Amino acid sequence: MSEKPTLATVWLDGCSGCHMSFLDIDERILDLAAQADLVYSPLVDTKEFPEMVDITLIEGAVSSEEDYHKIRMVREHTRLLVSLGDCAVTANVPAMRNRFAVRSVLERAYIENADLNQDIPVQVIPALRETSIPVHQVVPVDVFIPGCPPAADTIFFALTELLAGRKPDLRTTTRFGA
Amino acid sequence: MKRPFKTRIKTLKIDGIDVGAREDETILELAQENDIFIPTLCHLEGVHDVGSCRLCLVEVRGTNKLLPACMTYAEEGMEVITNSERLQAYRRQVLDLLFSERNHVCSVCVSNGHCELQWLAGKLGISHVGVPYLYPQLEVDASHRYYSYDPNRCILCTRCVRVCDEIEGAHTWDVMGRGVECLVISDLNQPWGTAESCTRCGKCVQVCPTGALFNKGRAVAEMTKRRDFLPYLQTMREGRK
Repeated sequence: MSEKPTLATVWLDGCSGCHMSFLDIDERILDLAAQADLVYSPLVDTKEFPEMVDITLIEGAVSSEEDYHKIRMVREHTRLLVSLGDCAVTANVPAMRNRFAVRSVLERAYIENADLNQDIPVQVIPALRETSIPVHQVVPVDVFIPGCPPAADTIFFALTELLAGRKPDLRTTTRFGA
Repeated sequence: MKRPFKTRIKTLKIDGIDVGAREDETILELAQENDIFIPTLCHLEGVHDVGSCRLCLVEVRGTNKLLPACMTYAEEGMEVITNSERLQAYRRQVLDLLFSERNHVCSVCVSNGHCELQWLAGKLGISHVGVPYLYPQLEVDASHRYYSYDPNRCILCTRCVRVCDEIEGAHTWDVMGRGVECLVISDLNQPWGTAESCTRCGKCVQVCPTGALFNKGRAVAEMTKRRDFLPYLQTMREGRK
């Protein structure tokens, strides 16, 4: 094992756009690979979250029971937790369902708007919690990167700063809805 | 709105700088003249100030109370501080509360990128909202022929109410209820499209700082607002007196 800092990314209730934006750093991913090891992510094959990770980026809101347990587990095994993108930071679009009861949301999606197999799934798909909430309302978050999604440049800048041991000042580089 | 009595000059300090002000000038106007930034949301050049958003609060030496710069007139010997840690904390808190009170979803809003609330959040360094969101149940009113009203994005600045009353003279908009129940309503709390007093001039839409009032047919980030008509109207009307 190398002595490089470790990096993980986690995908909760989001559209994966933040991960796409992360990949949009293109060839700079080689610079990043020189500075850190990506040890856990939807982009790599590891199934188990490592014992301790230096920096974990979270995409998505906490919407399901699985999200809820996962984020608490990740927090326990992460030194620096980063909310990446508006869904993690504000709950964004996933939270638009919060005004309605879970039951009516599920009925709308799986029965009213379904042409075939009108049935609300009870297996495999994790149960929705009452509301979708930002990550920092479940566990303490160290760094926030708003944006929908945050630009590749913003993500690269933030990661380079964090790896250099600095807290990135993102006030002028990104915003809610950016 | 200018006071009717004869103008005298006051000397005072803003952020340690000596400045001269007309006595009918507010601290906000004075700061803007001197290129000192004070955040505002309910303030709108051309209509009365109401001091409702509390973002322009400043410290004045000798009083422990924070005073809204838009409603406080210059006084002789005043010492004003426009930007302290205490003020920054309160301003961030105001924005936190505004964001949490309604359903603001910047990424899918017609005003994304052109919104004063969103811009101020960036400017004041709001990276996240520290209080739980309320997720109120509010209906979009799309009954008007040209415009829509989405109370989910309303911050109750009452610019629409004031411009409709003071400039257009229609007074279609008003405010109903108190606290978190407070709502901007048209005529007698009826669908906007049925409000007979509305002249369809669209001034309210143009002055709305967020995406609460917008032209129909605009998609995400497409709604830009034009405010230039207001100082123009004001100048023309003053000239006619």
